[in-house]
Amino acid sequence: MRIGDAKQTYEADEAIWTSSTQKFWFGLLMLILLLFPFMVDSYLLYLGCLVGIAVISATGLNILTGFTGLISLGQAGFMGVGAYTVAWLSLNTGLPFPVTLLLAGLAAAAVGILVGLPSLRVKGLYLAIATLAASVFLHFIFAEWESVTGGMGGLSLEPAHLFGLTFQSDFRMYFIIVPLAVLMVFAARNVLRTRVGRAFIAIRDRDISAEILGINLLRYKLMSFALSSFYAGVAGGLFAYFYRVVTPESFPLSMSIFYLAAVIVGGMGNLLGGILGAAFMTLVPEALKLLTAALTPFYPNAPVFMSPMLEIIFGALIVGFLIFEPHGLAEIWHRIRRFFRLWPFRN
Amino acid sequence: MDWLFFGEISLAGLAMGGLYALIALGFVMIYKATRVINFAIGEIMMFAAYLFLAFAGGMELSAWIALPLAVIGGSILGGVIEKTMIRPMLGESPISVVMVTIGIASILVGLVEFIWTADPQLLPSFLPREPVFIGPLYLAPKIAYGFLIGSALLIIYLLYFRFSRGGVALRATASDQAAAYSMGINVRRVFNLAWVFGSLAASLAGVLVAATGGLSPQFGIIGLSVLVVVIVGGLDSILGALVAGVFIGWLETVAGAYLGGEYRMPATFVVLAVILVIRPYGLFGTHEIERV
Repeated sequence: MRIGDAKQTYEADEAIWTSSTQKFWFGLLMLILLLFPFMVDSYLLYLGCLVGIAVISATGLNILTGFTGLISLGQAGFMGVGAYTVAWLSLNTGLPFPVTLLLAGLAAAAVGILVGLPSLRVKGLYLAIATLAASVFLHFIFAEWESVTGGMGGLSLEPAHLFGLTFQSDFRMYFIIVPLAVLMVFAARNVLRTRVGRAFIAIRDRDISAEILGINLLRYKLMSFALSSFYAGVAGGLFAYFYRVVTPESFPLSMSIFYLAAVIVGGMGNLLGGILGAAFMTLVPEALKLLTAALTPFYPNAPVFMSPMLEIIFGALIVGFLIFEPHGLAEIWHRIRRFFRLWPFRN
Repeated sequence: MDWLFFGEISLAGLAMGGLYALIALGFVMIYKATRVINFAIGEIMMFAAYLFLAFAGGMELSAWIALPLAVIGGSILGGVIEKTMIRPMLGESPISVVMVTIGIASILVGLVEFIWTADPQLLPSFLPREPVFIGPLYLAPKIAYGFLIGSALLIIYLLYFRFSRGGVALRATASDQAAAYSMGINVRRVFNLAWVFGSLAASLAGVLVAATGGLSPQFGIIGLSVLVVVIVGGLDSILGALVAGVFIGWLETVAGAYLGGEYRMPATFVVLAVILVIRPYGLFGTHEIERV
């Protein structure tokens, strides 16, 4: 059981690290993430990269939807902006990846600000539909602006490079994606305990009250949109480098729904929730694939039923979590932690 | 400009718009009574159309028996969804409820693929085939008769809302839930009724649309067009649903004919974006005043 946990200053309450136990487990996690690519086969490595990209994008959406309370169905569109920026830059300028990823994030943030502009007038579900409109327009631009985006055929790009080093394999991409994911989650954690982050949360809880407290609604809502789409843009850029081909169909509406679902299943307004949700929702289809492969010898028809089963499970997870566990995986995680914290005095 | 062509296209668009108006009416009904934005409406339509396929194609029933059966099936589906998945979400934030309907949509798509595979299907044709001429303008018979059947239901609904006991209960619940409750209206039943009737409208429209355009598990995408209709018209306005339904149906068809199929969605979404900026509550929707 943990004792001596009474906080006496606001600084102590706001701190990221509250105990040495926490530091220890975090260090262990980092060590595992570092050693992971050396220990596993290429398939798990590929999954690791996918989860990393999903974590970045879900964290971005979590800032917007979970912490600021603005629902967005445009996350895939913003990722697309990032991916096309990276693809175009790598084809036409040959800049190294840190620059292209940064520009991808900034381009997506600019589009995000544009999309966020109506958010002062348009609220709640109407805003969700405005972002839906934005993603329809973005998809249209991706498909039709052929001189830049290559139309329906899309763009294929060179592998990421820096100082003459190319990042061709999943193994090397892992060392771009995962450190970046850790860094960006960390940055989000930090932003959320500043004035800006508190303003976001105030807007989420009641925007009119927040305005009366002196928070400039337009400014902070746009900031939230910009930040969230920056994350999406970087994730999209990594997506482009990872698959090395970008088409309009890479970023369908269902992807926006996927990220919203990931944030909900993980736990809205909880960074850990976004991470858990992104990992969980990425891995569920893969687990189902493994299950199908295992069942095929007994039921030769199993692969035919995989894609419908996936749709059903995806929907059932959303509905089930919302009805039975509205605070998501993060809440389950907290319950487990609480159990061990009080153990053995209460269980 | 070829006026005859424009006239024919417009006519087809208006007829399609009539069906949109019917679906939008179902949508608005659900929204007015229960304040739920139903993203699964396209999938409910799809499910009813597949039921029709099963009754008329698989079991070889006459289309005029299969149609009511499919529509009843769709309405039951709506009622079951409300009872099992929407009711527990009562009082939760609108985001959560919308996400539940998105989840339901996904489940329905999966079920349909599971039972009827993902391949596109053709519905057995059951509407008369003689071409329809209105003045000099030709109109495809499927669209014309679809429009007629759809409008018939639409008129029945409007009369029902206006005069019947259930319709009055529905309107009372929509305008003030607490007051309706204290006057002895069974609000829970009204919620269920709204979902059943809303899904009924969607189911009939689903069969009619699928009869003209074919059916596949991607059919539910039509729900996006309906979303545009209800936002443009105003989420809680029946008049808005009718006007915007006809207008968006017309615009979509005309844009598709003159600019190409890829312009259908962007054209309607431009209207949506403009309306959202000018009148965030839609053309005929109620402007809600927020208080802290």
